Amino acid sequence: MELSRRDALVALAAAGVAGAAGATLLDDDTSDSISDDACAVLVAVAETVYPTEAEGVASFVETYAEGRLDDADRREGVVEAAADLDATARDWRDAPFADLDRQTRDQLLRDLGIDTADPAPDGTVSNRIRFYLVNELLYAFYASPTGGRLVGIENPAGYPGGTESYQRAQMEDSDG
Amino acid sequence: MAREPVPDADVCIVGAGPAGAIVAARLAEAGHEVVVLDAGPRFDLDDRTEQLDAHLRPGVEGLWGMGGPRDAYTSSGPKGYPLNAARVKGVGGSTLHWQGMVMRLHERDFEMESRHGVGADWPIDYADLRSHYAAAERELGVAGADDNPFAPPREEPHPLPAFPPSHSDAIFAEACESLGLPTHSVPNARNSEPYDDASACVGYGTCKPVCPSGAKYTAERHVARAEAAGARVIDRAPVQRLDHSGERVDAAVYATPDGTEHRQEARAVVLACGGVENVRLLLLSASDDHPDGLANSSGAVGRYFMDHCFAGAGGRIDRQTRQNHVGFNTTESHALYDGEDPLPGVKLEFLNYAGPSPVIEALNGDDWGDSLLADLRESYGTHLAVGALVEQFPRAENRITLDHSTTDDHGNPVPDVRWSVGPETRAAIERVNEVQRAILTELDADIDWVVGPDATGPAFHHMGTTRMGTDPTESVVDPDCRAHDCDNLWIAGSSVFPTGGAMNPTLTIAALSCRLADRLDGWL
Repeated sequence: MELSRRDALVALAAAGVAGAAGATLLDDDTSDSISDDACAVLVAVAETVYPTEAEGVASFVETYAEGRLDDADRREGVVEAAADLDATARDWRDAPFADLDRQTRDQLLRDLGIDTADPAPDGTVSNRIRFYLVNELLYAFYASPTGGRLVGIENPAGYPGGTESYQRAQMEDSDG
Repeated sequence: MAREPVPDADVCIVGAGPAGAIVAARLAEAGHEVVVLDAGPRFDLDDRTEQLDAHLRPGVEGLWGMGGPRDAYTSSGPKGYPLNAARVKGVGGSTLHWQGMVMRLHERDFEMESRHGVGADWPIDYADLRSHYAAAERELGVAGADDNPFAPPREEPHPLPAFPPSHSDAIFAEACESLGLPTHSVPNARNSEPYDDASACVGYGTCKPVCPSGAKYTAERHVARAEAAGARVIDRAPVQRLDHSGERVDAAVYATPDGTEHRQEARAVVLACGGVENVRLLLLSASDDHPDGLANSSGAVGRYFMDHCFAGAGGRIDRQTRQNHVGFNTTESHALYDGEDPLPGVKLEFLNYAGPSPVIEALNGDDWGDSLLADLRESYGTHLAVGALVEQFPRAENRITLDHSTTDDHGNPVPDVRWSVGPETRAAIERVNEVQRAILTELDADIDWVVGPDATGPAFHHMGTTRMGTDPTESVVDPDCRAHDCDNLWIAGSSVFPTGGAMNPTLTIAALSCRLADRLDGWL
């Protein structure tokens, strides 16, 4: 499944980002953007926690992050969690997180206890990585038709997908 | 904002939920000077999407702010009662988190003692309330259809067309037809088309506890109308007591966040803060003239606390059921409601949100990647569930009292909820479970859960604690919802219901508020 920039805009709309489909994401003002390093960590986490059949993850995450992280507190939380994860990778695996292969990233996240950590914005490093990185990315994916369709639901909870789909006997084509 | 009392107020309304807000809007629009006091805050409409996050995402706080010292309570009954899950304090009240199901009571609900020798008759009947039901449906923007063969007679269509049935409704309809259980649409206080300056439902799927689109009715609409007509609505202003002399309430004494107390005098006072806090305020207002609490010469204040009990069953079938697209129901059956097997009213609900929601499961899981997707595919797609609300008859021992051993953030005793499920309701739940199992068996479902009489819980409908009647020795308010013991004290909301049927109460609350506003307008 190829993820598109449009999928990211749809995910942003689901997350309530005003003007997600409009000009605000298309201009060149990147003053609220996260750094390339932080974005690389986000993409690397997404490539780990999204199913392997998802392709085009980088552009999806970059577009989503640009729109979603206009909130200063959320942006700061994501950047700090990304930096913590990257520092841990450099310390434990002698390489930036984004340079690790998928299996090693997966194991590093598990070694940090992220799989069983409670997501908490003010908690431990593991709590914050779960909240700001893993759950943020899973939310982008599964609260939008992008990930929902893989499960079998084109209008998942949190996505304003209208009042037609619940009446249908089966999922409509994504182009339909 | 101004938090001082309004001089020369005609009416002071305590509580900005649907019961109070409808009275406020109607009386303000009739030209009366109205002030509304609410214990909770105003919730910014612009924050609803973040509240959606708080619902879906573990670790995000900030849904409706219930809990803490302000909302302290105890629950001493045979069955625990989760009071703070059951209510919201704030402008809009519990309609902020409600489901939005709005049915009329049936004719039998007003006559249970006469017809069946149980409970109590209402001092009014369905015919008395019929035109007010129609008004309430317009006030709430009800989407419904005239397809329910069991519903009481009505005089005009619903304001909005009903939401069409779901895919799973069609599956259930087959089984119910085989079992002789006719199904029909559900009246929803949710816009199927734009109405009352609010959008049509866009399918966020999170109606309960938050609707980000504004398509679901909340009492904020009536608060806005009241304010547009000149009413003053003061939030974060918990009323501490009602000052009174003889049979007249002189003022509502309220606190403001800066720690000061104010006295809001008014010609009339309307209590509209729910079936628990209405009671607490009357009991907190005890005096030498009213030693057992204001308006409590009958001793009925706080007694006969009722809720609706949930009964349900669910399982999986071998075809797609398409659940969790929307957060509301579109089909019910009232086929068991008016009969005597069981005698307590029963309303069957066919859920559109059976089984786990994939996004919530993903965010709470302990895995990711391909294995998470496999888990989600396994857990989603084939669930079905049929629920029910089951009537409780009024029992004097189920009651709200003050717990003097525990105090809230203002030093007032907190409410104690004593709740139990009576034998007739337990038997009715067992009977409903039989029907639910039969429906699922007809569909060859693997039944994997049943909520029966031991596991049942409340539907969060607080009724009966300031019951309506003609006899001042047995009831708290008269048929106009005015306190027997106080000339200028009125009570709005489901606390005045003598019996509660098995219908979600808010449409009846709204109808009674329309009626109360008419009566109070005349009295003023």
